[in-house]
Amino acid sequence: MANKNVSVWTSIPFWRRSAAWVTGFATILLIWLSFDTLGQITMGTDADLLNKVTKRVPAATVINYKIGYEMSKERGHEVPTIGEKQPFFGKEWSDKDAAALLHLGKLTSQAKNCMDCHTLLGNGAYYAPDLTKAWLDPAWQDGGPLQGMTGKSTVEEAIAEFLQNPSQYPTHARMMPNLGITADEAKGLVAFLKHMSSIDTNGFPRNFSKSVETFKAGGTHAR
Amino acid sequence: MLASIKTNEFKGSQSKALAMMYFRVAIILFGAQLLFGLIAAIQFLVPGFLFELLDFSVARTVHINALVVWMLYAMIGSVYFMLADETGEDGVHMLLGKIGFWVLTLAVTIVVLVFIFVQVGAGTEASIWFINEGREYIEAPRWADIGIVVVVLIFYWNVFATYMKGRQTGIMTVMVADLLALAGLYVAGMFFTDNISMDQFWWWWVIHLWVEATWEVFVGALAAYALIKIIGAKREIVEMWLWIEVLMLFGSGILGMGHHYFWIGTPEYWWEIGALFSALEPVPLVAMFVHVLYDWGKEQGIAKAEGRQGSVMNNGPAMAWIVTNAFGNFLGAGIWGFFHTLPQVNIYTHGTQFTAAHGHLAFFGAYATILIGMMYMSIQYAYGIDRLKATFKSKMAIFMITFGVLGMGIALTIAGYEQVLVERAELGGGWNAFFMAQELPWYIQAQMWRAIMGVVTFVGFIYLVWDLLTLGKQAKKAQAAA
Repeated sequence: MANKNVSVWTSIPFWRRSAAWVTGFATILLIWLSFDTLGQITMGTDADLLNKVTKRVPAATVINYKIGYEMSKERGHEVPTIGEKQPFFGKEWSDKDAAALLHLGKLTSQAKNCMDCHTLLGNGAYYAPDLTKAWLDPAWQDGGPLQGMTGKSTVEEAIAEFLQNPSQYPTHARMMPNLGITADEAKGLVAFLKHMSSIDTNGFPRNFSKSVETFKAGGTHAR
Repeated sequence: MLASIKTNEFKGSQSKALAMMYFRVAIILFGAQLLFGLIAAIQFLVPGFLFELLDFSVARTVHINALVVWMLYAMIGSVYFMLADETGEDGVHMLLGKIGFWVLTLAVTIVVLVFIFVQVGAGTEASIWFINEGREYIEAPRWADIGIVVVVLIFYWNVFATYMKGRQTGIMTVMVADLLALAGLYVAGMFFTDNISMDQFWWWWVIHLWVEATWEVFVGALAAYALIKIIGAKREIVEMWLWIEVLMLFGSGILGMGHHYFWIGTPEYWWEIGALFSALEPVPLVAMFVHVLYDWGKEQGIAKAEGRQGSVMNNGPAMAWIVTNAFGNFLGAGIWGFFHTLPQVNIYTHGTQFTAAHGHLAFFGAYATILIGMMYMSIQYAYGIDRLKATFKSKMAIFMITFGVLGMGIALTIAGYEQVLVERAELGGGWNAFFMAQELPWYIQAQMWRAIMGVVTFVGFIYLVWDLLTLGKQAKKAQAAA
C-alpha cells in the first residue's frame, strides 16, 4: 500500500509475509509428521509376527493367524489382536506366497472398484457395508447367516464363494453385482480383507465387538 | 454459448477464446454428473434399477469423476479467462494450449466411455493402467493420469510464461503459486501399493490438499478477480484479504489433513492435530466477500452524496452466483465440515451419509457456484455486453439449483443421522447393522427426498444451460437497440 500512515493490519506486505511464513511452517510440520507416520504405517515383517512385535499394519503373513478385535483398557477403544496360528484356505502361507496373495487381492479390490459401493477404512461410497473389519463380522462366522447361506465351513471359503457368485446369494433387495471375480481373485480378496481387519484403526469402527454380542442375541429388536 | 463457436465473437483475447472452449466441456460434464447422480439416487430406492447393467459403482464413479473433471475444466477455463486481464498480456503459447485442450478432452472421453462400458477388469496391473484405478475421485486409469499431468504442465507453462511476461499482480501471484501446488499434488496419487493404509495416506494428499487447501485458495483468487471485474472492488482491499485468506486457508487446511488420518491405521496424534486445524478451516471463508461488499456499499453512498455515479454492478447473474459461493462455501464446506470433524464425533459418522451430505454441500457451495459465475462472465465478454442482467431463466437456474442441492444436503444429513445412531451407535457397525439402518423408514424417506431434490437440481441445470445459450444474444440485441 502506498499510504505509509496506515496500520500494519491493513498492510499487504505484512499479510503476504505472514501468509508465506504460516504456509511454509504448516507444510514443514506436515512433512515432518508424515515421515513419522510413514514409518509407523509401513507393513511389518513375518519376524515381527513371530516375535509378537505389534505393528499398526502387520505383514501379509498375518493371514496365518487368528485375528480378534478387543477392548483395550489402556487405549479406551478396541484394538486388533493377533492370536494363535489358524490355517487360511486349509494351509499356512509362506512369506512370499502370502505377499503375492495380498498383492493379487489389493489389485483386484481396485480393478473391481470395490470402493465405489463399499467403504474401506471408512473411505469410499456408502451403498454397501464398511469392509474395514468385514473379516470379523459375526455374519460370516460359524453359525452366522452369511456363512450358512454359502454352505461352507470356514470364514474364508464362505466369503470367497460369495464373492464369486454374489447375486446367487441375495440377502436384501440391494445386492452385490457379479463382477466376474475368479476363484484366485476371490482368495486374494479374502486375504486383503483379513489383512485389513488386523490394521490398528484407533478403534474404528467403534463398538464393533458390541455388535457381535447384539448380533448373537438376535439383534436389538429381538430382545 | 455453443453458438459462439461459429460466430467468432472473440475479437480480442486468444486465451479468453480458449477459456470458452473449456467452459463448454465443463457444462456438458456437469450435466453428466447430474444424470449419473440421479441414477445412483434412484438405485438407493429401487435397487434393481439397471442392476448388472450399470451398477451403483459405475454410476457413482461417473458421478464423482464428472464432478472433479468439470470443475478442473472450469478452473482451467477461469484461469485462461482472467489471465489477459490480470497480466495485461494475451496467453503466450495459445496453439500449444489448444492442442492441450483437445488431447485432454479426447482422454476424458475415452476414460468415461471405458468407465461406462468396460466397468471393471481382472485383478492385474493392466486393469489399473487401462480401465479403472479403483480409488475414489481419482479412478482414472494410470495412462490418463500421465496424460493429465502432461496437459496440466502445458497449461501451467502457458500461465507462468504469460505471468512472467506481463504485470505481476497479487492475485496472479497467488494463482501461479497455487496452481503449481495443485498440479504437483496430483502426482501423489499415481502409484500402487499393497498396503491399504499407505494407499489412503497418499490418496488424501491429493484429495484433501486439493479440495481443502489449493482449490480453496484458487477460489479465493478467483473471487478476488471477479469482485474487481463485476463491482469494481478496490484492489488493495481485495488483495489484502486474499493474502489473509491464503494465510488462514493454508494455515488451517494443510494440517487439517489430520482429520482424514483418524482411522486409516495412522497414529493417534492426528486426532489432536486434525481436530484443531480442521476446526479452524471455516474461519476465512466469507470474510473477503463481506468486507468488499461493505466497502462497495460505502463507496456507493459517498458517490451518491457527491452527486456522481459509483461503480456499477455489471453482471447480475455472475454476482448472484458469487454471493452464493461466499455463503455456500461457509455453510457447506465450513459448517457441515465442522459438524463431523472432531474425532469424538467422527468415529461414529465416518463413512456414513453424513459425509455424503457434506460432500454435496461443500463441492456445490465452494466450487460449482463460483465456476458457474465465471461462465456468466465469459458470456458477458464474448458478446461484449456492458451490463449483463439476470433473466427469468437465470433466476430459475440459481434458485432451483441452490434449493435442490440444499435440499439434497439436508435429506442426506437426516439419512446420515439415522445411520449414525442406529448402525454405528446402537449396533456398532457391521453387515447386519448396516442393513438394519438402511431399511429404516425414516432413512428411506430421506433418500426419497434426496432423489426429489436431485430432480429439482436437474431442472435448474436445464434452465442454466438454456440461459447460457440464449442470454448473450438477447442482451446484445437489447444493447444494440438501446
